[in-house]
Amino acid sequence: MMTVANLKKGQKAIIGEMTSQDIPLKLLEMGCLPGNHVELIQIAPFRDPLYLNINDTYLSIRKETAKLINVELIEDE
Amino acid sequence: MSKQINVALVGNPNTGKTSVFNNLTGLNQKVGNYPGITVEKKEAIVKLSRNLKAHILDLPGTYSLNATSMDENVVVELLLNKNDKDYPDVVVVVSDIENLKRNLLLFTQIKDLGLPTILAINMADRMDRKGIELDIELLEKRLNTKVNLISAKKNKGFESLKQSIIDYNKISLNPCLDASAIDKDYFDSLKKAYPNQDLYKLWLVITQDVNFGKTNRKRIPSESDFKPKSDSEIKRLQQKETIKRYQFINNTLKETLTKDLALAKGLRATIDRLLIHKVWGYVIFLAILFLIFQAIYDWSTYPMDFIDESFLFLSEFVKQSLPAGMLTNLISEGIIPGIGGIVIFVPQIAFLFLFISILEETGYMSRVVFLMDRIMRKFGMSGKSVVPLVSGTACAIPAVMAARNIESWKERLVTILVVPFTTCSARLPVYLIIISLVIPDERWLGIFNYQAVTLMLLYLLGFVTAVASGWLASKMLKIDFKSYFVVEMPNYKLPIFKNVALTVVEKTKSFVFGAGKIILAISIILWVLASYGPTDKFENAEEIVSSTIDHSEMTAEELETEISSYKLKNSYIGYAGRAIEPAVTPLGYDWKIGIAIISSFAAREVFVGTLATIYSVGSEDEQTIKSRMAAETNPVLGGPLFTFASGISLLLFYAFAMQCMSTLAIVKRETGTWKWPMIQLFGMSGFAYVVALIAFQILK
Repeated sequence: MMTVANLKKGQKAIIGEMTSQDIPLKLLEMGCLPGNHVELIQIAPFRDPLYLNINDTYLSIRKETAKLINVELIEDE
Repeated sequence: MSKQINVALVGNPNTGKTSVFNNLTGLNQKVGNYPGITVEKKEAIVKLSRNLKAHILDLPGTYSLNATSMDENVVVELLLNKNDKDYPDVVVVVSDIENLKRNLLLFTQIKDLGLPTILAINMADRMDRKGIELDIELLEKRLNTKVNLISAKKNKGFESLKQSIIDYNKISLNPCLDASAIDKDYFDSLKKAYPNQDLYKLWLVITQDVNFGKTNRKRIPSESDFKPKSDSEIKRLQQKETIKRYQFINNTLKETLTKDLALAKGLRATIDRLLIHKVWGYVIFLAILFLIFQAIYDWSTYPMDFIDESFLFLSEFVKQSLPAGMLTNLISEGIIPGIGGIVIFVPQIAFLFLFISILEETGYMSRVVFLMDRIMRKFGMSGKSVVPLVSGTACAIPAVMAARNIESWKERLVTILVVPFTTCSARLPVYLIIISLVIPDERWLGIFNYQAVTLMLLYLLGFVTAVASGWLASKMLKIDFKSYFVVEMPNYKLPIFKNVALTVVEKTKSFVFGAGKIILAISIILWVLASYGPTDKFENAEEIVSSTIDHSEMTAEELETEISSYKLKNSYIGYAGRAIEPAVTPLGYDWKIGIAIISSFAAREVFVGTLATIYSVGSEDEQTIKSRMAAETNPVLGGPLFTFASGISLLLFYAFAMQCMSTLAIVKRETGTWKWPMIQLFGMSGFAYVVALIAFQILK
């Protein structure tokens, strides 16, 4: 299963079903919800954390959280 | 008669809510704390019309009503408590135009509470540049409320916002969506069990206890026919609620908002490319750190010298102009130097907050968090620990408080525990005087000044110890935690001067009055302990000294010095110093340094002042104290007291020991127990003692 942690810089995806209880509610509130777009803007120098654009909100999360978010890749346009 | 209403300003962080508050209220705002906690409370009373005044409260920024921190909890507690004297008659939700979607989540939640809720969309001046268009009329219809476009930067739209507040009772109280549809059965049974309560408030009370365990309220009596849900079911429902709200928001914005996406990105990407670059990002961060240190330790010296001299002058002036006596002595030797000891730190604290607030206002701080998180995590901390660690180089008190926005309790606790190791400015006067005594003022290879290198090593030592003990603490603390690290990366903005200035003034004020009280109290106690003694040896010092030593060769001044130093030896503090002498002798100190160390537990910078009192040099002039210190002899070993060995031992002791009661008090307040400050006090001071002991024994 593809997650946000597998995305490469510049790749866009659509967030899938949220199954984990450990995804912080704050992240959902910021728009990390099924059906919304996510784009990996940049990875920090030591490969963590990740800088994302989720549903037009720019935020950064750690890889361990990113692994919990299932996504489906949007094929390169 | 004029009427007064309560207005609450609520909004996400980074929406410019504070600027909106500043524009609405001007300078007549009052800053305090919420009772019992150290969350800042900003309020002001403003005249809206001839017969209507508003008490405006700027609530802490929050993304939703599902609080996960002390600051956010303040918002929820207030909105749930009708009996609170600040309970709002009307709520203004401040949002910014570019993040309207996310901001509306909080709006729809508050609207569900049945309060008149106005939406104020800030940064409207950016709309053209970002290619954003908004159908206000339709948005008002969908949201069931009044929508105001404002710009805090350009000071536009505030008249109509004020008018909306005046007309608050015209606003519909109906919610804009039915959140209870996420689990109809559950909410129906909840309603049946508590028919007199507002349904959404009930739900918030329930979720609040799950999100934020510390609220032990008994507002909802248990009912037999209502089946409560498990914590994980509640969490699931909260997810569903959030999704439901976003569905509504997405549909609403699809109808009302158009955005030209190509225009929205440019600047952010360009600046980001530089500021979070894997090399340049760190270089720039280091350069900024260097600039901050330069300000704190170089630029600050000018105002600090001025403050120092002014207080010396004032003290002397009081002594000359008031009739001699106990009270005059208390004022001129206890209270005035005590206040001076606090005011002297104002320039450094002000510079620190000037930089921090500019870095936060511009959006740069989030980038630092992003760059540093992985590195800091190796040492048990978070990227958000950078601000506390940097602040710690000025003063540990604001630093401990700055740790508050670290989400994970473990990372926050580790940060709080290690921050006092960073070299705060109170250590500086101690370092300077000892270095100048024991380290030669010469150059190594003709370039590096030994004294400067020593000072730099001491800074490095403080930082390395903080980081290393963070690693150790994170290994030892058995706290289960999940990472809730979510950091918004806001758009870059130019800082608004008024906001920065207000932050600097407020923070400095709260330092002066918070920590100042303790430092002042301690200096008065010290003065009393040094001015009285348990036996009549103290009272009769003059006769004893005159009769026991041959003073025919001495000038009146020298005799005076002999008497005061005899007095000090027989004062309460003198007895205390001699009592601990056996404990400090192995470190290379005598009882006088012992006293200076004891009094340093109030605050380190007292060290120099205490030695000045002990050597009764009368002034804190560095050269005078220095020559007295250089002349001291070691009572056990003979020879000068301040040697390379005892000097290094003393420097190390001050680098590691927990000698600041104000910091201990603030750690107690932030962690809620005396356990952690006690661990700091005994752990750090014990470590300091052992290191100083080893250093002296090896070097002597």
